Amino acid sequence: MSAEEWGILSLSLKVALWSVLLSLPLALVVAHLLARHDFPGKSLCDAVIHLPLVLPPVVIGYFLLILLGRRGPVGELLEQWFGIVIAFRWTGAAVACAVMGFPLMVRAIRLSIENIDPKLEAAAQTLGAGRIGVLLTVTLPLALPGILTGVLLSFARSLGEFGATITFVSNIPGETQTLPLAIYALTQVPGGDAAAMRLCVIAVLLSLAALLVSERLVRGATRRLHGHDAQRRN
Amino acid sequence: MATMLNVAIEHAQGGFRLAVEFAAEGGVTALFGRSGSGTTTLVNAIAGLLRPQRGSIRFDGETLFDADGGIHLPPQARRFGYVFQEGRLFPHLTVRHNLTYSGLFSGQSVSGSELDRVVGLLGLESLLERRPGALSGGEKQRVAIGRALLARPRLLLLDEPLAALDTRRKSEILRYLELLRDEFAVPMLYVSHAVEEVVRLASNVVLLSDGRVEAAGPTAEIMSKAELRPLTGRYEGGAVIEARVAEQDLRYGMARLEFAGGSLFVADLDALAGEAVRVRIRARDVALALQRPEGTTFRNIIACRVSAIADSPGSMAEVSLDAGGATIVARITRQSREELALQPGLQVYALIKAIALDRHAVGYA
Repeated sequence: MSAEEWGILSLSLKVALWSVLLSLPLALVVAHLLARHDFPGKSLCDAVIHLPLVLPPVVIGYFLLILLGRRGPVGELLEQWFGIVIAFRWTGAAVACAVMGFPLMVRAIRLSIENIDPKLEAAAQTLGAGRIGVLLTVTLPLALPGILTGVLLSFARSLGEFGATITFVSNIPGETQTLPLAIYALTQVPGGDAAAMRLCVIAVLLSLAALLVSERLVRGATRRLHGHDAQRRN
Repeated sequence: MATMLNVAIEHAQGGFRLAVEFAAEGGVTALFGRSGSGTTTLVNAIAGLLRPQRGSIRFDGETLFDADGGIHLPPQARRFGYVFQEGRLFPHLTVRHNLTYSGLFSGQSVSGSELDRVVGLLGLESLLERRPGALSGGEKQRVAIGRALLARPRLLLLDEPLAALDTRRKSEILRYLELLRDEFAVPMLYVSHAVEEVVRLASNVVLLSDGRVEAAGPTAEIMSKAELRPLTGRYEGGAVIEARVAEQDLRYGMARLEFAGGSLFVADLDALAGEAVRVRIRARDVALALQRPEGTTFRNIIACRVSAIADSPGSMAEVSLDAGGATIVARITRQSREELALQPGLQVYALIKAIALDRHAVGYA
């Protein structure tokens, strides 16, 4: 692997990792809200969260640009108050990926929380656990397979993110040019085919590795939860 | 003993209405009612898992719930142990961590000696490192009981803890429950609709039917009342008497009990002389004779007076008998009733085989 290729790969991994770290805390809160609480406007909230799944990614990228760009209402405040600029930076790419992967992450976590028997949480309460205690010792550990699945799905989505990223933070080599963007750039120049193919192979290997690792993690977590039962079934 | 738990609540939910009022003292109080009579709703309200629409719940002078005052203590603040019908062990924790779970929240972790005592009592030594998924139904329920005990509850709520078990496991767990009632002296509220469990464990009974309290009082009294028979069960119906072990004859494995009506011989009883017991005498195990029979294998021949006769549906009649103040019930055919010309006031002899009164019929008071 050339130094240039390594740079692209490590940038992609960095962006994907940060996008996951960025969205995970919020996704946990939102998934728990949707799974365990009823509030007015719940279905609207649910629909908005799912928008990135159905909208063209370019639209999301454009919204982000309008909102978080240096002239955007939120972007301006971020710069004035914290001196943070994310437009056309790798951090912006991470934000774009986080938004695109958010519905996948919320969905996986929400499903796994909905599958937890509320009676177990009630039992924990009778043993002295308060709200936070129940969450930390029962709900989250039991939702772990779903959380891992959600993390992986959004990580993979981030590695493949193209439309929103290129619209929001453009295609700047060394700053925002992730793997898909680099491949796209190479296919646009004459004689870039071979280099593009090398990056494609890297992308395939990376995705395979991610899938295998996640499969392992999820299976391990599930076995931990269900003990010998799961082993016997396998 | 002073009244400990005071409950007066109303709650309506999907066409079912619960409106109960009762008080419980220390020791074991049974909430006796068929499924659907509102027992689970009631226990959930006491545990704090359900907020009733009206009324109040008090424990030891402390108000746990008061609809008018807007007081509703959450379950974790009530410090009541709860053993559920289905165990509800945490699948992601080993048995050991299930047992010590409450220590995470009580501010002091469960001590080793405490754990050892409960583990020893419930026979959980070999299960400690296993996960709930690998346990049998009876083992799960024992762990659930241990887990609730180790939270040092002020009151232990048990909602049909034996319902999901087969007969052998049932009597096994029942023995453990007797042990822990005597060892730990935790007050218990025990939901069941099995007469055997209630007679063996509970000193008091609250009889629930259709969301209302039908009767409440000492076990022997409630389980013997003829007018409550439709609720306490036809097949299981009978009387419960209070007695004291007078002597044990080890040669024959027979115990002689003394009760208000005289002596009662019971087979294979694990009890020491002097111990107070409750004996359930099923109505269908009692025969009647007008004269004291001679040369018979009936070990128990008790002189009584007929106090009431009720015709059951079909061919049966139920005869309530007064034996020196204690009540015994006999189920006989209407044919016998007519042939013997039984009527209230008549002097008769109740005949009971000693083997009809085995240890499953005896509870330790």
